[in-house]
Amino acid sequence: MGLMKKTSSSEKPASPIRVVVAKPGLDSHDRGAKILARALRDAGMEVIYTGLHRTPEEVVRTVVEEDAEALCISLLSGAHTALVPRVMALLKEAGMEDTVVFLGGTIPEEDVPAMKAAGVAGVYGPGSDLKVITADLQAKVERVRAKA
Amino acid sequence: MRDQWAEKLLAGDRLALARAITWVENEDERGLSLLQEVFPHTGKAWVIGLTGAPGAGKSTLLLRLAEAFSKEDLKVGVVAVDPSSPFTGGALLGDRVRWQRRIAGDIFFRSLASRGRLGGLSRAAYDAIRLMDAAGRQVILVETVGVGQAEVDIMHAAHTVVVVLAPGLGDDIQANKAGIAEIGDIFVVHKADREGASDTARDMRMALGLSPEARGRREGYTPPEEGGPAWFPPVFLVSSLSGKERGLETLMTGLYQHRRYLEARGLFGERVTEEDRRRMEEVLSEEALRWVMERAKEDGTLEEVLEALKRKDVDPRTAARRILGGIGEEKRVP
Ligand code: B12
Ligand SMILES: Nc1nc2c(ncn2[C@@H]2O[C@H](COP(=O)(O)OP(=O)(O)O)[C@@H](O)[C@H]2O)c(=O)[nH]1
Ligand SMILES: [Mg+2]
Repeated sequence: MGLMKKTSSSEKPASPIRVVVAKPGLDSHDRGAKILARALRDAGMEVIYTGLHRTPEEVVRTVVEEDAEALCISLLSGAHTALVPRVMALLKEAGMEDTVVFLGGTIPEEDVPAMKAAGVAGVYGPGSDLKVITADLQAKVERVRAKA
Repeated sequence: MRDQWAEKLLAGDRLALARAITWVENEDERGLSLLQEVFPHTGKAWVIGLTGAPGAGKSTLLLRLAEAFSKEDLKVGVVAVDPSSPFTGGALLGDRVRWQRRIAGDIFFRSLASRGRLGGLSRAAYDAIRLMDAAGRQVILVETVGVGQAEVDIMHAAHTVVVVLAPGLGDDIQANKAGIAEIGDIFVVHKADREGASDTARDMRMALGLSPEARGRREGYTPPEEGGPAWFPPVFLVSSLSGKERGLETLMTGLYQHRRYLEARGLFGERVTEEDRRRMEEVLSEEALRWVMERAKEDGTLEEVLEALKRKDVDPRTAARRILGGIGEEKRVP
């Protein structure tokens, strides 16, 4: 192809992971979400923060328009049992079921199996190590990328 | 048969548009062929740029404008660019945070990281604008990074450039910052609810009056003495603070006036063509560089010249010429 010959894809550096950090519902605890957003950015990701009080519809709309590979939901209100399954259903409806979804905040141990059953790939409670979260997210996204 | 992604994109499908932008941003071949396929459907959208210092309220104002345009039943696209860290490559794209109220209307919002580009936009912003245009977005609002000296990218990418200023961000510096007066078609002194806004507006009007280029910028200007309908950048006071909103309607009127001015002068389409040409040259220079470097690497010229550079036998400029001159030549045995 002469001049337009592309450098082989192995030479092309991997593009940054695009991740949405979302605060759905009425929960106003945003310290964790902001700390997480900064940690992900410092790990080289492009982080789209939604701000507070988004509806599940708005969160999923954001994931679609930003074409994010990952969604981090932060909830400290106890509303995860209602909000998370709704977000997961809407993601599927939108054709974004490959999105890696992580959940964090105050999620009681007994709710974790239900969250995972709904499709959440990882749940991280208070005191979680940000390095671990970042590495886990990176690994999960890379697995999805490899499949595509 | 037309590609199904192209079909969907032209029909306005959000996911297809979003995916297309990702592909072009990542220089994925699928994105490049998709852009080629939908390109005949571009050139209709009105591209409005918002530039100004961080904290001036660009994102807040942008959402007000998005809402105002969608109230007129226009489909709105938003491209918001924020800086990437030069060290980690990461970025915090926070312009959506200003969307604190429920906003009705058909708005497609995409955040982009600058990914190392310095002119105020990202390389993908141009393509994102064209893709949104093809997908039927009628007004495209573009927010620049807002940290550069003069963010010249937006001047080429947009039909109408709005420079957003705010009181308390160093008024005289803002007004006199090199290039600011030349870049704007419309100036907004935002946060007009705050003290000092009218002083900022006065300083800006002064700076515009002092700068003949401000009136003569870009190809459309014909001096009044030559009888041309000229564009004199207006300065508007606007507040987007909830409960203290003011000036948005005047700004909207000013925007439409600028659009009519461009159309009357035949500049609306011309600016798009001009930007397409610039884009072609930009891609050409990147591809040409890549091609030259590959050739020079393959035949050993690069290594040879780099060695000479290290020994200080050649200066960088001569080295570059030698690489160019060496292309196609048989490898010389040293
Ligand atoms: C600080 C605080 C507040 C501050 C919030 C300030 C702010 N802007 O964030 C203020 C004082 C405003 C506040 C208010 C309230 N609070 Co409060 N608050 C807390 C407190 C003490 C600490 C939260 C915090 O900031 N931690 C520091 C951050 C860094 O930690 P984090 O958010 O947990 O995040 C970490 C992990 O969870 C994880 N993470 C978080 N999100 C995500 C997302 C993903 C995807 C991943 C991977 C990881 C992750 O990473 C972080 C790093 O490890 C907690 C108690 C606690 N132990 O959690 C109560 C707590 C959350 N609050 C509580 C309550 C009840 C309230 C109020 C309703 C009180 C009231 N009656 O008015 C209001 C509600 C406000 C509202 N509208 O939401 C309850 C919630 C109970 C529940 N879940 O059912 C808690 C648990 C206290 C308790 N034990 O009762 N609160
Ligand atoms: N007083 C006042 N504050 C505003 C106005 N518009 C935006 N702000 C605030 O200015 C800050 C920066 O706004 P933002 O839109 O993010 O600015 P940007 O960095 O230029 O995009 C935020 O805290 C806004 O709430 C306004 O009209 N008046
Ligand atoms: Mg902004």
